[in-house]
Amino acid sequence: MFGPEQGHFALALACVLALIQFVVPLWGAHKRNARLVALAPFLAVSQLLALAISFFSLIMCAVHDDFSVQNVAANSAASKPLLYKITGVWGNHEGSVLLWTLILGVCGAAVAAFGRNLPDILRGRVLAVLGGVSAGFQLFCLLTSNPFDRVFPAPMDGQGMNPLLQDPGLAFHPPILYTGYVGFAVPFAFAVAALLEGRVDAAWGRWVRPWAVAAWCFLTCGIALGSWWSYYVLGWGGYWFWDPVENASLIPWLTGTALVHSAIVVEKREGLKIWTVLLAIATFSFSLSGTFLVRSGILNSVHAFANDPARGVFILGLLALVIGGSLALFAWRAPSLTSGGLFSPVSREGSLVLNNILLCSICAVVVTGTMYPPFMQLLAGRTISVGKPFFDAATIPLTIPLLLAMGVGTALPWKRAQLARTFSHLFVAAIIAAVGLVLCFWKFSGALPIACGALAIWVMAASVTDILRRVGLGHSSMSEMLARSRNLPRSSWGAALAHIGAGITVLGLCGMSGAQHAIVEIHVGETRSLAGDDWTLLNVHDYAGPNYRAMQADIAIRHNGRLITTLHPEKRDFTTQNQTTTEVAIHTNFITDLYGVVGDRHGTGADATYVLRLHRNPLAPWMWLGGLVMAIGGAFSLSDRRLRVGAPKRAATRNMAQA
Amino acid sequence: MTRKTRRLWIVIACLACISSAAALTLRAFSSNIVFFMAPSQVKANPPSPARTIRLGGMVMAGSLHRITENGAPVNSFNVTDGQAAVEVHYTGILPDLFREGQSVVALGTVQKDGGFTASEVLAKHDETYMPKEVADELKRTGKWDPRFGKAPDAASWDTMTAKKAGG
Repeated sequence: MFGPEQGHFALALACVLALIQFVVPLWGAHKRNARLVALAPFLAVSQLLALAISFFSLIMCAVHDDFSVQNVAANSAASKPLLYKITGVWGNHEGSVLLWTLILGVCGAAVAAFGRNLPDILRGRVLAVLGGVSAGFQLFCLLTSNPFDRVFPAPMDGQGMNPLLQDPGLAFHPPILYTGYVGFAVPFAFAVAALLEGRVDAAWGRWVRPWAVAAWCFLTCGIALGSWWSYYVLGWGGYWFWDPVENASLIPWLTGTALVHSAIVVEKREGLKIWTVLLAIATFSFSLSGTFLVRSGILNSVHAFANDPARGVFILGLLALVIGGSLALFAWRAPSLTSGGLFSPVSREGSLVLNNILLCSICAVVVTGTMYPPFMQLLAGRTISVGKPFFDAATIPLTIPLLLAMGVGTALPWKRAQLARTFSHLFVAAIIAAVGLVLCFWKFSGALPIACGALAIWVMAASVTDILRRVGLGHSSMSEMLARSRNLPRSSWGAALAHIGAGITVLGLCGMSGAQHAIVEIHVGETRSLAGDDWTLLNVHDYAGPNYRAMQADIAIRHNGRLITTLHPEKRDFTTQNQTTTEVAIHTNFITDLYGVVGDRHGTGADATYVLRLHRNPLAPWMWLGGLVMAIGGAFSLSDRRLRVGAPKRAATRNMAQA
Repeated sequence: MTRKTRRLWIVIACLACISSAAALTLRAFSSNIVFFMAPSQVKANPPSPARTIRLGGMVMAGSLHRITENGAPVNSFNVTDGQAAVEVHYTGILPDLFREGQSVVALGTVQKDGGFTASEVLAKHDETYMPKEVADELKRTGKWDPRFGKAPDAASWDTMTAKKAGG
C-alpha cells in the first residue's frame, strides 16, 4: 500500500491538487463565483491527505530498509536505530523538501479548518496563494529532488546516516524550525490576499496575528533547539556561531517579531497597515531565502546538503517568482490602502514603531554581514568572512535601546501617554533594574554584559510590575485582584511572559560571556582546577555500542573537597562512516553548566595521557529556557485570540442547542 | 499631532536607527573582516601579526605532531596548497573530522617567524565536502580542474600534496 511508487504518485497528485487550489479560487474570486471559491478548503484538505500519504510512504521505505530507493540507500542503514530511521527521512535534502511541503499542506488545511469565520473570498484567496507556493515546492521536489527514485541494482545495505545527526535534539529540530519558516507562509498569503482585495482593516489584523504568532513560536523554539543542539553535540561549548544558516533563521525571526508587534497596531488602531503587509511579505521571503541559502550551497556552511546547480537554478526561479511577484503586487496595490489613526510619538503605537525600526535595523545588519562575503567573492574575487566579533560589535549596541523600549512600551497607553504618569508606573521597575545593575557589576565583567544584564532585569521587572499594576496590587482586595487577573486578556499575560522570556535569554547570553574553559592533557588520576572546581580524571574505559566503538572517561568534579558530580564524556567511532563524534557530558544546576569533553588518547598503558576540555558556563541553560518561555508566552496569547475570534460563532451554536 | 508631524517623527526615528546601524556595521567591518589566504599567499606577502586571517588548504600527510606544553596539548601540522606550506600551531582538541591529507580552515594570526597560531580549527562536517575556498585555490593552482571530473578522492591528497609541497 505504501511503497515508493505510491508515494511518488501521491506527491504528483498533491502537486496537481495544489495547482488547482492556486488557479480555481483566484479565478472564482475574480469572477465573483462563490462556488469556485468554496472549492478551496476542500482542495487544501485533499492536498494535505495526498502529501501525508506520500510522506508516510517514504517513512515506510526507510523503516522497512528498502535500499532499492536511492534516498534510503544513501542515508540509512539496516543497523540504524528505528527512531533515526524515521527521523532520518528529513535529515537529507529530498526528505526535508518533502517535509517542507507537508508542513505547508498542514498550514493550508489549518486555514481551511480554523478559518471558518473568514469571509469566503478572503479565505479562498489565502488558500490559493498557499496552493501556489505549495505547487512550486512540490514541482521542485518532483523534478529536481525526488525522494522516491529507485536505484538498480539495489545495494545490500545503505551508506548510513551522518552520526552527528543521530541525536534526539536534531531529530526534532528540523520539523519545528520548518513549521516556523513555513508558518509565515500564512501571514504572507493573507498579505497577498489583502493586496488583491485592496483592503486591510482591523479585522484583517485580528485574523492574521494568530498565524504570525504561531509561526513565531515555532521559529523561536526551532532556533533555541538548534542552538542547544550545537551546544551539546558539537562539543565546543559554543551555542551560536553566526553561521550563515543560523543567520538565515535569525533574519525571519527578527522581521517576524516585528510583524507580530506591528499587527497589534493594525488590530487595535488600524495603523501601520502598509508596513505590516510589507513585513508579512518580507518575513516569508526571508524564510524562503533561508531555505534557498541552505539548500543551494551558495553560502558555505555545515548545513549544506547538496551543491547541485540544477536545484539552485530551480529554487532561484521559484524565489524570484514568489518574492518578485508579491513585491510587484505590493508596489502596485499598496498605495490604494488608506492609512490609519493618529498617535503621538510617546504612546503604545510610538513604542511599537520604535520596536519595528530597531528590529529591522538589527535585521539589516545581520543581512549585510551574511550577504557581504558572498557578494565580495562574486564581485571582487576576494574570499573574506565575518564572524562573531563583527556581529557582536554591530548588533549589541542596537539591542540596548530595544531592551530599554521593551520595558517602557508595555507601560504606555494607546494614542497618547502622559510622561509623569508613565514614569510613576515604571518607578518600581527602575529601582529593581538599579539593584540589578549592582548585581551585574558583581557577577559579570565587561561593559556590554553588565549593561545588557541590567536591561534584561529591567525588561522582566517592567513586565511583572505592569501585570501587577493592572491586576490592582496595592489598592484592591485579594479576591478583587484574582477576579481582575482572570479578566485580564490572555494576550497581556502572553506578552508579559514573552518579554520575561526575552529577558531570561539575554541574561543567559550575558552570563555566557563570562564562561571559562581549559584544555588539559593529563594521566588517569591527575587533577586540574578550573574556576575554583577540581576536575579529576578517575578512569577511562572502552566499550562497544550498537553501531560504534566508544571511549568513555569518568571525571569527578569537586568543590572544596565536596563531590559535585561525575561526568562521563565519550568519544565515539562510527565504523560504517569512518567518523568520530564527541559525546559531551554536562552537569547543570540551572545556574551553571559544568561541561566536559574527552579528546584524544596519547600513548598506551599506564603512561597514556588524555586530552580533556573543561568548561564552566554560567547561566547557559537560561538562553534556551528563555526561548521556551517566549514560545509559551506566544502560545498563551494564541489561546486568547482563539476564544475571542471563535466566541460569536460558539455562542450562536449554544443558543441553537438550547432552543 | 497632525499626520505630517507624525510622519516626520517616524522618518527621524528611522534615519537615526538606520544611520547608527550603518555606522556600527562599517566600524565593525573595518576591524573585523577576516580575509581568507592560501599558504602560498601567506608566504608571498605575510600579513601583519595583528591581523586575524583564515588560512585554508590541505593538511600535509605525516606533518601532524603533538607536544604537551604547561599541561595543555599543542598540535602542530603543515597546511599546504601544493605551492607552499605553513606550519600551524593550535592549542586544543582538533575537530572530529580533522584528518591528515584532508582540507582544513584555521582561524588565527601569522607570527613573525612565519608560523601560524590558530585560535580555531575547522574541518567540515561532511568528509567528502571540501571548503569552497580550498576548492577554488586548488583550481587556481591547477591541482584540480572541474572539467575533468570530481575533485580527487580525499585519500589521494596525501601523496599529491605531500610530495609537491615538500620541496
